[in-house]
Amino acid sequence: MSIDQSTAAKVAKLARIKVEDDALPALASEFNTILGFIEQLNEVDVEGVEPMVSVEPMRLKRRQDEVTDGNQQDKVLANAPDAREGFFAVPKVVE
Amino acid sequence: MSDLNKLGLAEARDALRAGDVTSVELTESCLKAIDEADALNAFVHKTPEIALERAKAADERIKGGDAPSMCGLPIGIKDLFCTKGVPSQAASGILEGFKPEYESTVSQQLADAGAVMLGKLNMDEFAMGSSNETSVYGNAVSPWRRGNDDAQLTPGGSSGGSASAVAADLCLAATGTDTGGSIRQPAAFVGITGIKPTYGRCSRWGIVAFASSLDQAGPMTKNVRDAAIMLETMCGHDAKDSTSAELAVPNFEAMLTGDIKGKKIGIPKEYRMDGMPAEIEKLWADGAAMLKAAGAEIVDISLPHTKYALPAYYVIAPAEASSNLARYDGVRYGHRAQLAQGDGITEMYEKTRAEGFGHEVQRRVMIGTYVLSAGFYDAYYNRARRVRTLIKKDFEDVFAAGVDAILTPATPSAAFGLGEMTEADPVQMYLNDVFTVTVNLAGLPGISVPAGLDAQGLPLGLQLIGRPWEEGDLLNTAYALENAAGFVAKPGKWW
Repeated sequence: MSIDQSTAAKVAKLARIKVEDDALPALASEFNTILGFIEQLNEVDVEGVEPMVSVEPMRLKRRQDEVTDGNQQDKVLANAPDAREGFFAVPKVVE
Repeated sequence: MSDLNKLGLAEARDALRAGDVTSVELTESCLKAIDEADALNAFVHKTPEIALERAKAADERIKGGDAPSMCGLPIGIKDLFCTKGVPSQAASGILEGFKPEYESTVSQQLADAGAVMLGKLNMDEFAMGSSNETSVYGNAVSPWRRGNDDAQLTPGGSSGGSASAVAADLCLAATGTDTGGSIRQPAAFVGITGIKPTYGRCSRWGIVAFASSLDQAGPMTKNVRDAAIMLETMCGHDAKDSTSAELAVPNFEAMLTGDIKGKKIGIPKEYRMDGMPAEIEKLWADGAAMLKAAGAEIVDISLPHTKYALPAYYVIAPAEASSNLARYDGVRYGHRAQLAQGDGITEMYEKTRAEGFGHEVQRRVMIGTYVLSAGFYDAYYNRARRVRTLIKKDFEDVFAAGVDAILTPATPSAAFGLGEMTEADPVQMYLNDVFTVTVNLAGLPGISVPAGLDAQGLPLGLQLIGRPWEEGDLLNTAYALENAAGFVAKPGKWW
């Protein structure tokens, strides 16, 4: 599989990273180098092999679904680039 | 005592307990060494006030008589660990100005044990790199040089600042993290010890996530005993990390007997790469001979899927990174781009992430996005996870056949010069992790031990890989190797 410029642009869009048009050829070429390396995986017979979910077999612990924390609005907002009136502020989302 | 910063953890602990030295004296010695070493660019946020405050508290505690091993010992913390009120940027522009309101579990456990934080250490951005050249802070520099050549060398990556700082005696030890070799490769490049424990030994809570199924924290220290001491403090179950294991943490230091008689050490034939430098091959053979002389049985083994570990890693790690790094959106913390008239929220995300992420991080996030995208998920991501199952099975098979540990080189070469790999394609840089990445995919403990110097006078390391949860036994084998190798070289001070 080979990635062209329009696929590279689509991937950048999906990743929400702005890539200028003139940078797309180089990006596509880097993707192809890396994907070419990854293609080696096609040599492996994986018939009947389960995809790994957890490297050490462990049952995830369960706990009561209850509130154990909270009332820290100031701390939650302390690092926000733009916080107003107790909220995160963002550009207009709906028209 | 002079040059207190040159002590290891065990020596300093014993001196503290004997009353020969105070934590304040140790800490001041390190702070002075740090201030003289700006050329190494290892410490990127210095915290002398916090350090001296903790040192004074530690001295009080030691006087009380029942202080834990790490009490009063000055260490550096990799920038990937969130430290309360102290910048924690994962060496990324996107976390510019971020000061967490909380402390990572591992750094909290170290603090609770009385360890003294000297500051935050340089690293590759989001731990993505093998040379510490992707950091927003600029390159960390190795204290080592090729003879009289003054070319700057890489301390390795991603824990490059930790490696440089420990090797240059700016601190007694440092924390690192290891997703594909980021503790063991830099440790090997600068002639120190670094261990990545079994996946689940250390809580990942509060450590900026790269690839959650692979990331583990571990210590980077001046010797194996120090690694045992510090690892014990870092390990343990944490309710805040559901993948942290509910297992008792043994006294690793007490397991260092140096007796490895009858232990079976495997030498995997697949690690004998084409074009492997003769020096690395010799180091490996010498290491096997040393373990044999110490009473171990050396056996040839096969790990048939080794070749596929790096390609599998470069699907799985970017896939997980693309998910983990989705949180950097310019809303809750860190950098937000200046917006133009009429820009909406999508432009805010796209500009913020383009400005805040460096080139390598952007590349990996996009590769991860691609391999997870509709139509490619099975072909790339699921296939890689299946190959990962086979890689783990390779190890399970040799352990089931009675092998106690596996000996390999830690890196395919000695440290290279900063900038020397700039022209190479990204895959060339990825090959640095060829011997270490299998261990992360299989979730196993691995340790890098300095074992010799190359013809240019640069350190070379050997890696030992252990059975899951048997870090104590692994550390003991490493201790025997360390004793036999007798590595004592230090870089000459030029900085």
